[in-house]
Amino acid sequence: MNGIGFVKGMLVTLRHFVNTYVDDLRYGFRKYSPDVDNFETRQGTKAEGAFTVQYPEEKLAMPERFRFVPFLVVNDYDHPEAPGKDWCTSCGICAKVCPPQCIWIVRSNDPVTGRPVPEPEAFFIDIDICMNCGFCAEFCPFDAIKMDHDYELSSYDRTTNHVFDKQKLSKEFKYWKTIAPTRAVEEMQARGGWEHKDAQKAARRGGADAGKDAKREEVRARKAEAAAPTAAPAAEAVAEAPKPAAEVKAEPAAAPAAEGARPWEESHDQREARKQAALARKAARAAKKDG
Amino acid sequence: MELNLAELNRTQYPIPAELQNNVAITSLSKIYNWGRRNSMWPMLFGLACCAIEMIATASSRFDFSRFGMEVMRATPRQSDLMIVSGTVTKKMVVPIVRLYNQMPEPKYVLAMGACASGGGPFKEGYNVVSGIDKYLPVDVYVPGCPPTPQALLYGLIALQKKIDGQSIITSDDVPWYGVGPSDPTPIPILGPDIIDPRQMDMIRRQAEQAARGGTFAVRELPAVAKTAAALPAQKAAPAAAAAAPAAGTMTPEEERRAAALARKAARAAKSAGEAAPAAAPTAAAPLPGGSKPWEESHDIREQRKAAALARKAARASKSEG
Amino acid sequence: MVLTAPDPNKVGTIEDAIADLKAAFPNDVSDDKREGYGGVIVSADKLLEVASYIRDTLKFDYLSSATAVDYLGEGHHSNDHMEMVYHAYRTTGGSALVFKAQTDREKAELPSLVSVWRGADFQEREAWDLFGIRFKGHPNLKRILMWEGFYGHPMRKDWKEAFYESEHKPFDSRWPEGHVYRAEELNVFGSNVKYPSDIDLSRLTDKSESDLYTGFGLGVDMTHMTDENGIQTDELVVNMGPHHPSTHGVFRMVMRLDGETITHLEPVMGYLHRNHEKIGERNTYLHNIPFTDRLDYISSMGNNHGYVLAVEQLLAKGAKYTPPTYRTEVLRVLMVELSRIVNHLWAIGFWLNDLGAFFTPVLYFVQERERILDFFEAVAGSRMMCNYMRFGGVFADLPERIKSTMNLMNDRVRDFDTMQFLQEMINERIPRTIDELDEYLTNSDIVQSRSKGVGYLSAEDAINFSAAGPLLRGSGVAYDIRRADPYSIYPELDFDVAVQHEGDMYARYMVRLIEMRESVRILKQILPRLEYTKGESVTSSFAYSGKIPLGEAYGRVENGKGELGYYVVSAGDKKNTANPWRYHVRAPSFINLTPLGHMCRGTKVADVVAILGSIDIVLGETDR
Ligand code: SF4
Ligand code: SF4
Ligand code: SF4
Repeated sequence: MNGIGFVKGMLVTLRHFVNTYVDDLRYGFRKYSPDVDNFETRQGTKAEGAFTVQYPEEKLAMPERFRFVPFLVVNDYDHPEAPGKDWCTSCGICAKVCPPQCIWIVRSNDPVTGRPVPEPEAFFIDIDICMNCGFCAEFCPFDAIKMDHDYELSSYDRTTNHVFDKQKLSKEFKYWKTIAPTRAVEEMQARGGWEHKDAQKAARRGGADAGKDAKREEVRARKAEAAAPTAAPAAEAVAEAPKPAAEVKAEPAAAPAAEGARPWEESHDQREARKQAALARKAARAAKKDG
Repeated sequence: MELNLAELNRTQYPIPAELQNNVAITSLSKIYNWGRRNSMWPMLFGLACCAIEMIATASSRFDFSRFGMEVMRATPRQSDLMIVSGTVTKKMVVPIVRLYNQMPEPKYVLAMGACASGGGPFKEGYNVVSGIDKYLPVDVYVPGCPPTPQALLYGLIALQKKIDGQSIITSDDVPWYGVGPSDPTPIPILGPDIIDPRQMDMIRRQAEQAARGGTFAVRELPAVAKTAAALPAQKAAPAAAAAAPAAGTMTPEEERRAAALARKAARAAKSAGEAAPAAAPTAAAPLPGGSKPWEESHDIREQRKAAALARKAARASKSEG
Repeated sequence: MVLTAPDPNKVGTIEDAIADLKAAFPNDVSDDKREGYGGVIVSADKLLEVASYIRDTLKFDYLSSATAVDYLGEGHHSNDHMEMVYHAYRTTGGSALVFKAQTDREKAELPSLVSVWRGADFQEREAWDLFGIRFKGHPNLKRILMWEGFYGHPMRKDWKEAFYESEHKPFDSRWPEGHVYRAEELNVFGSNVKYPSDIDLSRLTDKSESDLYTGFGLGVDMTHMTDENGIQTDELVVNMGPHHPSTHGVFRMVMRLDGETITHLEPVMGYLHRNHEKIGERNTYLHNIPFTDRLDYISSMGNNHGYVLAVEQLLAKGAKYTPPTYRTEVLRVLMVELSRIVNHLWAIGFWLNDLGAFFTPVLYFVQERERILDFFEAVAGSRMMCNYMRFGGVFADLPERIKSTMNLMNDRVRDFDTMQFLQEMINERIPRTIDELDEYLTNSDIVQSRSKGVGYLSAEDAINFSAAGPLLRGSGVAYDIRRADPYSIYPELDFDVAVQHEGDMYARYMVRLIEMRESVRILKQILPRLEYTKGESVTSSFAYSGKIPLGEAYGRVENGKGELGYYVVSAGDKKNTANPWRYHVRAPSFINLTPLGHMCRGTKVADVVAILGSIDIVLGETDR
């Protein structure tokens, strides 16, 4: 109890304090310029302490195995034979292994024969339930569902944005190859080629059953026909999920942002519409008060 | 030369009489928002696993003090932002609502993680509230389980952008620029199960119905759906219509339920139609509910719209009276 | 430490102990002969005597876990009944003596064991709360996780939650006709609620608060109380939490104060009760792994480990079972020991917070933690919710390189060799951090004067209260499951059990510090093993719909916070089951709170937060 221990402790703090400036002195203002890229050192084991990641100017890229919300793999959109074809065969395994049961799959049926077609008619993931566990990706036998690296998903309105449908979930196979090059190669080796398992099987069978393919085409055409009259987005179905809070605080009219756009980037039209609505409301209120 | 102030102020906004001579009105809004968004003080308030990531975001590597949030206040009375970081349980929602009511306006709520947004992996649990927006108005939802610190930062930036877009003139954007203080959120009651005071009427009506020998089961729907499925397709739709009481007497929740019922019935009708494809392959088209069962039919949507309008009118007349 | 040496006649194998017990109570103790079960069944009216005999004569002095199981409609094993399952251990080491007591479901009542083991206190309250078993003689039988006045006992098999869909996962409504809906859409009230049909709103009062204060003497005229100087004083009831910066989450303490001194303290929990066990019994065995991550979310790897050990025990009862490979075990130990370091850094940092060193130490330790999390993220995919272990394997082997890939704009890439990264971490960075921590805090006069002699818990009390982990070892009981009841490859690793004898907060701090050093020692032995097992398979062969043989198992590990145990029962379906019948978590954070009131009595208010910090709880595990 002579204070020496305390002083020693304070020296540790002092050392930390001084060390925060070492990097500044070493690199000066060039610290973040691209030609002095010491990012790796700063984020590695060699660096003293921790360096702040200057998000959003610089972002920590995610390791390959990183998992956030899943996405569905589809063929590249410039695929020579079947552009944009789903890899998912709607086998339902992911829906079964999903621990909080947040995957909903509607299996396609041939409208005439009623037999299942290896393609999901609809595929939903409620990202307000998903626990990012990665089981769906781990157990999918067709490498058709993968864990995405895009964590920038915030939104202003969950009722319309947080049940991901097939369109929102689908991403090109190319994308998977860029975010997880090593694993994509490993999977390719296990599959025996870059193509989808079924596509490879079909290729191996060669033209022997070209007829079958033709039939499949026919089925698809029929299906497209049956689905044609309705194209309302599935989001409609959940848009009315209970939301008492909305009544407490008048929110700006939820403006579903365009795909890929940041939520705050409402279009000019939307903003105008909102303004007009607000004006009208205001006028109505004023009139009421007067009357 | 006489300055025509009215001319100068030709903005799209209606300007309050006392401010009409103020040329700086739009800039004021900007300055206001700039100040507010750059000095958001979050409440030091952790609920569950997500709170750990929130602490990680606050600490040196991600450091949200770069966004003017360095001061985390443990008391609600000094904070602007409530980061609901984790699972909201029924037992905990009571204090949370109290805390929110104690925060001075302007105040913001950020739902961090799947749990706070919509219940998360534990949604099915008996003590879990499926999303804090059942009780509080949420400004930004950050999905993820847990959202990484960078995802949270992105959400915070989104919140800042949102604040930027708010106007101190059109008070409809945010309640706190309106006239007078806004109402506190009613505090839930821990009864046999959690009771939202806003639903009292409805619970009472349900209980009376039960006393008259009706069912007081919450999950009537699967059973209803089953009977609906048993019915032939043509009968299912009227059954759903009968299940919905006269529109005038419906509470919002009942309307919602009616809508859900109708959708369910429509779904059942659809599957009934599917079960016998040979018999009526073309019958599927005219059925209510669109061809995809999860889409609502035009009628239902119209109904819902009408109900929303009615609610709105009721609210307006209430605030008048 | 005054632990009487075990009677040499009595110390023997579990079989000896059971034989002894049966000889002493020939009519009241019988073997549990159900398929896959072990231990003995004790008749309810003799439970107290048998328990005392087990503790005093057989020297099973440590009651690890006490939990209820509802056998309703199980059919195969037994008739409908409620059962309490107790796991008792010797603090000198060895495996468990399991004894059970059965009672009727409708009039569920059993004698309370609090008079034998005070550690049974909270666990019996939990069984009352969730299963509705009354414990005769329990001093304070109130609900613990739910609020007073809640409708029903939710863990009973016939109690269905508002969002109940079907008995077991996977739910049929997800595939092949998986029409998406939100669960609240199907509920009349639009949210997760359900009311009894006889709800009477006119008489509705929120009793949850008032009932808390029974036993606090509220409303009693206390004006007659005088202190030693003859001045009239009054006692004050103070609430701390659930929203309080020092309570490590949503934890609450209600205390009665005499001036600054605490005369009575009662923890109130359940503010993060997420129904882990109810959900766990709907889940398949596999589904539960990611859920365990969310128990003690500071060290999810350790949580995984305990659970897979329990299920592997069950799997081993079956015919086809391949135990995990050596490399699997090496990887598991690697991860678990890294988690332990993370856990202790976090615990010490936040304990310092409670002592008043606001956030500076936390920042230092959190930044070191970030490096370990980087490693977890690269190997398992997530910083916190690792979901890494599988039955008989792990998710994947270490990647060649800890490498990130560009995806978003402004992404900056990192790329390290995994083994090199680990070498640097284990040989340089982590030891350096620990040394610095040591230099920073250990001899600090403020830390010492605040923590020495405060929050005292004697060795006998620690055992009797079922304390675990650093709390137990800080009281001088050298009980570490990695040595006392070894699992995985710990027997062949060279490390010492950290133990301190003072029983105060400082001793717990020292235990954590030493334990981190021991973890580094273990990790240094793991590195060469990682090298020479390269190439061995580590993947699990357990299919997603895998079935588990009948029986019960209790898997436990020494987690950062203490003994983490999983009691898993596989029952019901005669042909192996896909869903656990009972899934119980013996949470160290929960049970370590049992002695909190005892430790805080007589201390000052300012010390309470620090004592709580020195126990090191995490609410995800406390409330589950
Ligand atoms: S497991 Fe794969 S192929 Fe099967 S339904 Fe899921 S995503 Fe589709
Ligand atoms: S990541 Fe896990 S929780 Fe999310 S959809 Fe896949 S399996 Fe379900
Ligand atoms: S979203 Fe996930 S990480 Fe966050 S509180 Fe919920 S379970 Fe925990």
